[in-house]
Amino acid sequence: MAEDRKARINRLKWHCRRALLELDLVFDRFWERHEGDLDAQGEAALERLLELQDHDLWALVSGRETTDDPQLKQMIERLREVSPAANFE
Amino acid sequence: MNLNYTVRKFDAVIVGAGGAGLRAAIQLSEAGYKTAVLTKVFPTRSHTVAAQGGVAASLGNSEEDHWHWHMYDTIKGSDWLGDQDAIEFMCRKANEVVVELEHYGMPFDRLDNGKIYQRPFGGHMSNFGEKPVRRSCAAADRTGHAMLHAMYQRNVKVNTQFFVEWQALDLVRDADGDVLGVTAMDMETGEIVVFHAKATIFATGGAGRIFYSSTNAFINTGDGLGMAARAGIPLEDMEFWQFHPTGVAGAGVLITEGVRGEGGILRNSAGERFMERYAPNAKDLASRDVVSRAMTTEINEGRGCGPNKDFVLLDITHLPPETIMKRLPGIHEIGVQFAGVDCLKEPLPVVPTAHYQMGGIPTNYLGQVVVPKGGNQSEPVQGFYAAGECACASVHGANRLGTNSLLDLLVFGKSAGETAVADLKNSVNAHKPLPQEAIDKTLARVDRLNQQKDGADVHDTRLTMQRTMQKHAGVFRFKGMLAEGVQRIGEIAEQVARTQIKDKSMVFNTARIEALELDNLIEVAKATMTSANARTESRGAHVRDDATDTPETPDGRDDKNWLKHSLWYREGNRLDYKAVQMKPMSVDTIELKKRAY
Repeated sequence: MAEDRKARINRLKWHCRRALLELDLVFDRFWERHEGDLDAQGEAALERLLELQDHDLWALVSGRETTDDPQLKQMIERLREVSPAANFE
Repeated sequence: MNLNYTVRKFDAVIVGAGGAGLRAAIQLSEAGYKTAVLTKVFPTRSHTVAAQGGVAASLGNSEEDHWHWHMYDTIKGSDWLGDQDAIEFMCRKANEVVVELEHYGMPFDRLDNGKIYQRPFGGHMSNFGEKPVRRSCAAADRTGHAMLHAMYQRNVKVNTQFFVEWQALDLVRDADGDVLGVTAMDMETGEIVVFHAKATIFATGGAGRIFYSSTNAFINTGDGLGMAARAGIPLEDMEFWQFHPTGVAGAGVLITEGVRGEGGILRNSAGERFMERYAPNAKDLASRDVVSRAMTTEINEGRGCGPNKDFVLLDITHLPPETIMKRLPGIHEIGVQFAGVDCLKEPLPVVPTAHYQMGGIPTNYLGQVVVPKGGNQSEPVQGFYAAGECACASVHGANRLGTNSLLDLLVFGKSAGETAVADLKNSVNAHKPLPQEAIDKTLARVDRLNQQKDGADVHDTRLTMQRTMQKHAGVFRFKGMLAEGVQRIGEIAEQVARTQIKDKSMVFNTARIEALELDNLIEVAKATMTSANARTESRGAHVRDDATDTPETPDGRDDKNWLKHSLWYREGNRLDYKAVQMKPMSVDTIELKKRAY
């Protein structure tokens, strides 16, 4: 099971490599914070978001667009979480 | 060594599924050739998506325009380093490739009369530099994205075979120097496959990730350039990189020039509006290169901000919040997300940021990869083609005009595909036998990575390389810094040769992929640093502090000694040079003069 999760997470991580730098940076930060606590529901929500086209995804993550889907909404909130000392090294 | 591999045979293999790769694939698949396209990410997630400005073509839909005027602008923009035959070819082909794209279903913005709408763009002028002209064709602010979709659909229709989430590893080149395909790894399984082909086209995009501050997505790791360099192919004009003055420090995300247009002010650590010293009239609205150089000087002279004094500030706190939110949509969110700053209350940290690579794998206007051989400075490598940002045709020379990059990938993607089709038609023989030695080299490289103990950390090594490139070969260059940079990058290359990964798993092992990408990045970094150190003039985007402005060398440009292309060879980290093609295909040479706007 542990091996299965690792493979799934690795696949999701690669699918977070996007066409736009903005999204790469947001996902980089997300994995740094949430790799350990991502549950099955979170994985499913992320998978759905990753199916979106990059401009549409960035519109949601940057708050220009919104969604009524509660599952996606929650994941977008996590992606938008920032700390004052945001550091992208 | 315990690595296995299988062999798959195709007429053509294309590496990269951005604009250039997709355009080339259409040509081959439509001609009925069995074509494989390898790509790290799903085709419509290629970095071409980020291109917003449009594609240049002298359609003349709104006002008079001519390819000859476009050609003049491109040569002037290139600071006369572009090859005039390739530039004429590109500008003459522009209308054809744009109309084709329209037929593929590209949703261009339109005029009321149904023709493609065109807008003006920096550097594009009518009547040989007289006044701005409307030449850029766009699809709202999603031109690159719409282009990829149209071309991907076309490829699906003509049965191009996509290998999505495959990492190309190495070029397969035999003892005659002919290219016979590539080795690649399926990310999902870790399986290694030799794609045995009569035609191999590289369309792998740029390598902007060699710099610490870059607008490029993480996938832009110069894989095609690394593979070409390892196979003994030189890299051309790698000292020329286009920078944007205001990327968010530490992140690279672009802050549009509109911010300074609305009244944004650049400040140093003392809070001083330093642009008043460098450009007393234009101040913060001076041209990109002037602003970038001033910022670098402030940082180099110790007036940068932050704990490392390595950025300056872009201040818009004096502007009314409603102006910022209305006229500069998105800037506030970028500040919050990528700088941790509320730009209504605090200034944004910014640095000059790498954006586009003018150099690349040397090609001619037919898309063939060309190398010096015998007495010929541009001898085609049999079976090898390249197009788009990874290639150097050379149409951008020392600096690229906006909207010419999408044009480049359409024209030369098509051209590479057409030439490959013609070569396939003429080749009656079966595939040449695969050279075992070339395959073994790939296996040894992957095996070394798997077995490495007590090696260097990939993330740390990459970061050191990026910081070194930024500091020593950034937008404004200094003799001593460049020389030191060559040595430092050489030392970092030794670390790259002994990188270590802890995770040895097979399924989507991102650590392994990143280590393999670093093998490619470091080749581009070495090529850039070495070529920049050697070129002792200023030209286009390569600006040196020690290149003086004299009547013979205006703005430091030294045509007598440096009107030539650099060719960097991996073996021995050595440089060679070749002449710029000053003779166009059908018109007179655009004669050298000082580049002034």
